[in-house]
Amino acid sequence: MNLIKLSWKYLIFRPLSTGLNVLLLAMGLAIIIVLLLVQNQFEKKMTQDAAGIDLVVGAKGSPLQLILSGVYHIDFPTGNIPMEEAKKLTRNRLVKGMIPLALGDNYQGYRIVGTNHDYLKLYETEFEEGKEWEVPFEVVLGSEIARKSGMKFGETFEGSHGISEGSHDHEDHPYRVVGVLKPTGGVVDRLILTSIESVWYTHDEADSESVAEVKSDSLSTITMAEVSEEPKIHQDKFHSPVAKTGFPDTDLPREVTSLLIQYRNPIAAIQLPRQINSGTSMQAASPSFEMSRLFELLGVGVSLLQGLAFVLIAISGLGIFIALYNSLKERKYDLAILRAIGASRIQLLFLVFLEGIMLTFLGAVLGILLGHTFLWVVISQNDQGVVSTLQAWIFLKEELWVLGYALGVGLLASIIPAWSAYQTSIAKQLTKA
Amino acid sequence: MLLESKNVQYTHPGQKTLLFPDIKLYDGEAILILGKSGSGKTTLLNLLAGLLSPEKGTVSLAGTEFSKLKGQKLDLFRGKEIGIVFQKPHLISALTVMENLELAHFFGKKKGQNLDKLVAELGLAPKANSSVLTLSEGEAQRVSIARALANEPKLILADEPTSSLDDENAKNVIDLLKAQAEKIGAALVIVTHDQRIKSQIPNFIEVESL
Repeated sequence: MNLIKLSWKYLIFRPLSTGLNVLLLAMGLAIIIVLLLVQNQFEKKMTQDAAGIDLVVGAKGSPLQLILSGVYHIDFPTGNIPMEEAKKLTRNRLVKGMIPLALGDNYQGYRIVGTNHDYLKLYETEFEEGKEWEVPFEVVLGSEIARKSGMKFGETFEGSHGISEGSHDHEDHPYRVVGVLKPTGGVVDRLILTSIESVWYTHDEADSESVAEVKSDSLSTITMAEVSEEPKIHQDKFHSPVAKTGFPDTDLPREVTSLLIQYRNPIAAIQLPRQINSGTSMQAASPSFEMSRLFELLGVGVSLLQGLAFVLIAISGLGIFIALYNSLKERKYDLAILRAIGASRIQLLFLVFLEGIMLTFLGAVLGILLGHTFLWVVISQNDQGVVSTLQAWIFLKEELWVLGYALGVGLLASIIPAWSAYQTSIAKQLTKA
Repeated sequence: MLLESKNVQYTHPGQKTLLFPDIKLYDGEAILILGKSGSGKTTLLNLLAGLLSPEKGTVSLAGTEFSKLKGQKLDLFRGKEIGIVFQKPHLISALTVMENLELAHFFGKKKGQNLDKLVAELGLAPKANSSVLTLSEGEAQRVSIARALANEPKLILADEPTSSLDDENAKNVIDLLKAQAEKIGAALVIVTHDQRIKSQIPNFIEVESL
């Protein structure tokens, strides 16, 4: 028998009151834990994904939408921009680097992004197997897609039109997996990367004649003898290497969806967005500016939840105080008896404190588990999109603060009951009857 | 001389000063403290137990003048050397019988006597691991006696141990206390107004309010 065991016995002697207080505290802490986890991981992801991108240029519309679609691949694109206009920007002295993106298709809800090899360099990706795309309709898979769809190197699949699942399939042009990326923890994990040409050719209705050839076999094995004169043009087109950097060469008026731009110098941050927004039919948006605006908007909701969590914790603190204080009335005899059999005042003080602390410790542990479990449930309900990239079982060091905070509540709630235990007069309690 | 009290005085706030007769007891001896309600006999018990400190006079047990001890030292001395049986059992209801007894060892910081044996001697063996809430009144009192004996104290104090018992049970309880005190060589002091006990313990002092 010792003080800890004795406190524990007292706790489980009142299971309902103990359970209620533990649960209240756990709920409050679980909310805080979820907020912490989501905030921490989102912010990390947002910064990671926007690293190296100073400006996003796309069709006019909502700047936030442009950022969300162009950088994070969450929202729908604002539209397309003519490539000729986009190309002019490359000659701008304020632009250091530019990566064009062409969106439009998806595979089982995962976006197929037409771009060049610079995009891979931007996110410093490494290959699990295979290599970059070289000709149209070769694709590189993000790690998450590879894992979830089970597609392997060399397999082919058909994309669907549109950004989200459920549209008609492009049966004419199957994609072939030539590479799978290692996990980066970033947006690339959820993307299917290919050349801009692939995205263009998929949508060229004129190409419908070439169905037979393209479908019949993998592109590289078709021999020249087998194809007729007319589709030969397409054949060449489908076989010629794609642009590895910059824009693809084309004689037709083509479009891209957005451009990721890197500034040459700090002056660009001031001049370039204005130049683009007022001088062209395109719009420019800065990821850092738009994201901080978004977090500001979300901040209201977050503070509201935080407030709720703190109210719950305060109530549970009050609950613990009332439980300890009430039980002390019936415990006065117990305390006096303990003194009579040799316990010191300090030991009784500890006994009450221990009870409060054990209660809150239980609540804290349960709360942390609940928080992670709750996030896990939410994540497992969303197998696509941003939420699915969150991880439920990452433990942050902030959670130790939560634990400390909870124990603080326990300590605070026990002060008055513990003091009154310290003050108990044994002689009066035991012999007044 | 095991227990010796000399010229012990105590004043409850707003009341007359109580002056108590001296007590001298050897190992295994027993004494009754008799007196009317309100005569201060419970106060004397508290003084002998070290639950109250006398204003004047001394109480010593086995050579230790514990009426001079304070705070933690006094608590520990009481835990080790003095076993108290209260009028009501006052067991810790969150614990089992055995755990209640173990508490005495823990707080007294003393190995004391073998609890299994003690429990068996007092006829509590079948209840050893039951919650104290399941005990009958008589059993609860025996547990409280066992708790007082657990640390093999040099002094056993009992406060009206027989007041709610019938003749037969009253006799049994006193016999039990006497036998246990003799066995461990402790002095036994029983505060009571129960005249039935006189036949078993002829040695007594009377407390009268002055």
